[in-house]
Formats: sequence, C-alpha cells, structure tokens
Amino acid sequence: MHYSSPIREPLINNSRTYGDITEDIAKGTEGTPGMLWTVATAISACVALIGVLSLALTVWKGIGMWGANRTVGWAWDITNFVWWIGIGHAGTLISAILLLFRQKWRTGVNRAAEAMTIFAVVCAGLFPVFHMGRVWLAFFIFPLPNTRGMLWVNFNSPLLWDVFAISTYLTVSLLFWYTGLLPDIATVRDRSKDNSWRQAIYRSLSFGWTGTAKQWQRFESLSLILAGLSTPLVLSVHSIVSFDFATSIVPGWHTTIFPPYFVAGAIFSGFAMVLTLMLIARKVMNLENYITIAHIESMNKVIVLTGSIVGIAYITEFFTAWYSANIYERWVFIHNRVADPYIFGPLFGVEPAPYWWAYWMMMSCNVISPQFFWIKALRRNLYVTFALSLVINVGMWFERFVIIVTSLHRDYIPSNWTMYSPTWTEIGIYVGTMGIFMTLFLIFCRTLPVIAIAEVKSILKTAGDQYLAKIGNEEEELRRKGIALGQNALEDSHHHGGGHLAGALHDKNDK
Amino acid sequence: MQHKYILGVYDDDDTLLDAVKRLRAEGYRAHEVFSPFPIHGLDEAMGLQDTRLHTAGFIYGATGTLTAVGAMTAIQVLDWPIIVGGKPFFSLPAFVPIIFELTVLFAAIGMVVTFYIRNGFSIFKPLEVVDKRATDDKFILALCCKQYSSDEDQGKIRSLLRSTGASEVNDRVMQTELLPNLFKADEELVAHH
Repeated sequence: MHYSSPIREPLINNSRTYGDITEDIAKGTEGTPGMLWTVATAISACVALIGVLSLALTVWKGIGMWGANRTVGWAWDITNFVWWIGIGHAGTLISAILLLFRQKWRTGVNRAAEAMTIFAVVCAGLFPVFHMGRVWLAFFIFPLPNTRGMLWVNFNSPLLWDVFAISTYLTVSLLFWYTGLLPDIATVRDRSKDNSWRQAIYRSLSFGWTGTAKQWQRFESLSLILAGLSTPLVLSVHSIVSFDFATSIVPGWHTTIFPPYFVAGAIFSGFAMVLTLMLIARKVMNLENYITIAHIESMNKVIVLTGSIVGIAYITEFFTAWYSANIYERWVFIHNRVADPYIFGPLFGVEPAPYWWAYWMMMSCNVISPQFFWIKALRRNLYVTFALSLVINVGMWFERFVIIVTSLHRDYIPSNWTMYSPTWTEIGIYVGTMGIFMTLFLIFCRTLPVIAIAEVKSILKTAGDQYLAKIGNEEEELRRKGIALGQNALEDSHHHGGGHLAGALHDKNDK
Repeated sequence: MQHKYILGVYDDDDTLLDAVKRLRAEGYRAHEVFSPFPIHGLDEAMGLQDTRLHTAGFIYGATGTLTAVGAMTAIQVLDWPIIVGGKPFFSLPAFVPIIFELTVLFAAIGMVVTFYIRNGFSIFKPLEVVDKRATDDKFILALCCKQYSSDEDQGKIRSLLRSTGASEVNDRVMQTELLPNLFKADEELVAHH
C-alpha cells in the first residue's frame, strides 16, 4: 500500500467497488454486440479488404504498380512503415516505462494501448515485407542455413538490425500483453455460465489462472522484469529505425540527432493515437469512470513534452545543416524543404521547394499544435484533445514523408531529379492498413477486457474518489482542530503514537 | 479422491492480510490465498519462498547475448567473411544492436515460458475453481483439512476466520488437490505443532 496525496485527482470516479469494476469492464465482452459495433466492424473490414486487394495487385503485377521510382526508391511505403511503428511506441511507454515510474494513471489505458501497439506493429510489418517485391522470399532476411551456397545476411546493415528489432518488439509486446491479460481473462471465464462454450474458450485462454498467492508473486516479478526489458527495447526499436536513415550518406538523413528525435516523435504520435481511440472507446463503452479527464490530461502533458522535443529537434536539424557549411546539407534543407513561395523562399532568395507544403504541414501540425496544451483548460477539453490528436497524427505522417521524399527526390546528379506522387495502389494499401488496425481493435474491444481489471482494482484504495475524499475529510478535520499537518506534526504524532491521520499515514507507508 | 478445505471469504484485501498474519501468529498456515489482484506483503505474511524467476531471466538473457555474439562471429568471421565498408570482419559496434535484441528476446521468451510451466498452466487441463468470486471481488483464504485434521484445530480455525472478519466460512470439497505451496522453512511454526 502506498500513500497517495489527497491533492491528487482521483483516477476512478463514482465510488466504484471491486465488484463494480469487474462488472463495468467485463460487461463489454458479454451479450450481443450492438448495432454501432457491428456497423463499425463491417466498415473497417471492408476498408481492410481494399488493402488486401491492393497488396494482391502489388504482388501480382509487381512493385511497378507503385509511384516509387529509381530516384525516390523509398517513398510512401517506408513512410507508412515508420508511421505505424511510431504509433506502437505509446503502448510500450505506458505499460513499461510508466510502470517503472509507478504512474497509477497507466492502469486505465495500458491494456488498450498495448493492444494498439501490437496491431500497429502488424500493420507496419506489412510495408517492408511487400516492398521486397517477391514476398514469398521474405524469409531471406533471416540468417537461416540455406542451399544458396550458404549465403548469409549482412550483420553490419541497419536494415538487418531492423529485422531483429521489430520481430523482437512484436514478440515481447505480445508476451507482455497476453501475460497481463491472464487474470482478466480468468475474471471473464468465472463470470460465464458453467459448461458453456464461452466458459470453455475463456478457460483455455486463461491457461487455468486462479489468482493464487504464488501466481501473483511470479506475475509481479515477471511484469517488473518485462517492463525493465521493454523500456530499453522500445527506445532501441525506433533508434534502429532511425539508423536506416542516419547511417546512410544521403543529405537530410545523415544526422546524429535522429535516434532521440525519432523516439520522441514515435511517443508523440503514439499518444495521439491512444487519445483518438480512447476518447471514442470511453464514450461508446461507458468507461468514463476509469478513463477520466485526469488520464487525458496526463497524456496531453506527455504530448506537449514530446511535441516540444520534436520541435527542438527540427530546429536543431536545420541549424546544424546551416552551421555545418556543407553545401549539400544546406541545399536539402533550404531548397528542398523550407523555402515556401511566400516567406522563406523570398527571404533566402531561392525558388520555392517542390515539397514546401509537406514541410510546413509537418511544422504546423507537430510544433505549433501541441503548444496549445500548455493551457490547462485545453488539456482537459475533450473536443480540443480529439481534434489535436488527429492533427498530430497527420503531422507525424508528413514528418516521415518529408524526411524520405524531400531528401531523395533531388540527389547529387541533377539529371536524376524527379518528383514523387503515390498511385492508387499505394494509397489503397495505406488505407487498408487502417482498416486492418481498426478491425483488430474492434474485435479486441468485444472479446477481451479493454481496461486491466486487476490493475485498476489494485489502485482503487489509493486513487478511488471515495478513498481520496476520506483522506481529504480527515485532513480537513485536523485542520479545523488547529493542527498543522506539516512534517513536524507527522513526526510528533509518530513518536507519541497520537494523531489519527498521521498514524494512519505511517501505517500505510510501512506496508 | 476428495480433498477438503476450509475457506475464509473476505471482502477486503487489508482484512485478509491481517487475517493471514493473525492465523500465523496462532500457528496456522494458510495453504493458499486467492485474490483478484496482487496483495502487497501477502507472500511475506504467508511465508512464501521468494520467486527465482528473475534469476532464470538473467540466465536466459545471458544465453541470448552469447548466442548473438557466437552466431554472428561464426557467420561473418569464420563461415563467410566479406569485407563491408572496409570494416573488420568482427566489428563489435555493428553487432551491438542485434546482441541487445537477442538478449531481450531470449530473456522475455524464457521467463514467460518458465512462468507458464512453473504455474502449471495449460490450455487443455480441466480446471476446478475454488470459488468463482475470487477473480471478482472476494479474497479467499484456504486451509487444508488434511494438514489440520483434528476437530479441535478445525474448530479453532473456523472461529479465527470469523473473528478476523471473514464474511463467510465455508467447507469446500474439491476433486483435485490444490498445488502444494512453496513455503519457507519456519521453525517456529513447526515447533508449535
């Protein structure tokens, strides 16, 4: 038991009891799905189908179906890959890093955010795999013994590091998420009718979890260590993704700032996606008591922090390009990115950059828009949060587009210079992954508890409104009696065994 | 074969924790506790052994590190050396990312598999739940009647459970025996009985 300061905002509202928590959350998996869910899933599945057809067309006809060309070899496809991988990062941040930091608000959103991580990584993985062209030979990327004269992969290549980073990330996230689900699946199992199909399925899924003391002891140890492992892992994944660019000699990519800048950007976009989804889910599934305004405000604080880091990174990158006095580096930043037709183009006296609009889209969405969250009223406003979460996701997509396309489209030989625009097949794949993501997320919402039931119960006594109100009232009473509740009062009461509240506080701390 | 247990059903985690301590002070050991969420300090109050999962995790992680270093060296130095960018065949800085990833991968998979095996988890094994409410809002303390077979002990246990705030005290006959728990050797307790 930990003492929680009464000034902290409650994280569970409406005086919920342990039983209420089970009922409120597990209910979402029971009964017949509503019309809203069925229609939403049907639409998502249709959108996913567009993606499947576009992928089939790509495999059937070849990569020529895409707008990528010899100058811009990585384009739409790798943009989407980095975007999806980045979105996944919020889930691991919430479940692992915030667990190590002992942030209680984590419990309200970690389950759904982790699910989102897994679905986002699945979507991300599709892009590089299909970019290979001959998808059936995708296993060549693993160092497997083979009959091709024992040809091996190149361990010095960041692209291979990516293979290991992403497959490890997917595996560890999946294990962490599923193990955390076991107690909650057992709860759903024990609520179902005896000898029903439902009970049999959830019994298998729960692996026979019963919640014994030893199981919990091992569970806690496992969670802590998996969190400890996932923390450097999540930082490594996007660092390695950034190495794909940073270790090359392409101006605009060859930058040492990339790893931290990519990681901050990933968390930034991931939180925006968590907010987009959870704002809808809390409303539709009646989870307002568990995903409170306090949760949303905490996430918005992370957004303002990571958004500002991203903003500083953009400016640093630009400054470095100028200060390096490297003409190619300067060219990429000024002529290919920053120079717009109205202000900076005339200011530098250069022709407008062909993709200036992409650069300024990125700057306005990622640097300016999160700054609104310095204002408390906006951080706590659901409509503003929802709108900005969408804006940020658009901005983060443009960031990757800017990095990839504007750096590549004008390389060292001007005769190679060209423009890139996507084809319908490429757009179809991207839209399709959104369908796949939403379909998986909607199925998850109906079959598994969207909030970690056991974890929410474990913070009830320190973050439930009824308990915090009680502590607040006791403190108020002491104040009325004229006792200052400072450190001295606490120590005095401890030594003399007096003081109702102070004694209780010490008890709690001792536990 | 039938196995009999006395169950104390509690509504609150703190009450249950006090009850476990009280029972232990009286010389009775809770065979098992079922709870809907982890109760901090319970394993210590029950006298459970510490878990060695983290040690296992370290061993798995170290295996991953060695596998990565060994495999990359075998492939890129011994089996088929190729000069890449003028770097040495054994270029440790370039190996670091994969060494790290495999360390994490081995540790995570190994620990999770060990966790499932040590808990006796299975998809197929039939399951007999002691009390369905233990995954909802009740905290169940189970004492084994085989361990405390005399009527005197059982009577005392029942009254202790009631006096420590159990909302119900039930007898439960199970078809399957609860797994033995891993307790620390406790001489005080042994001396009492």
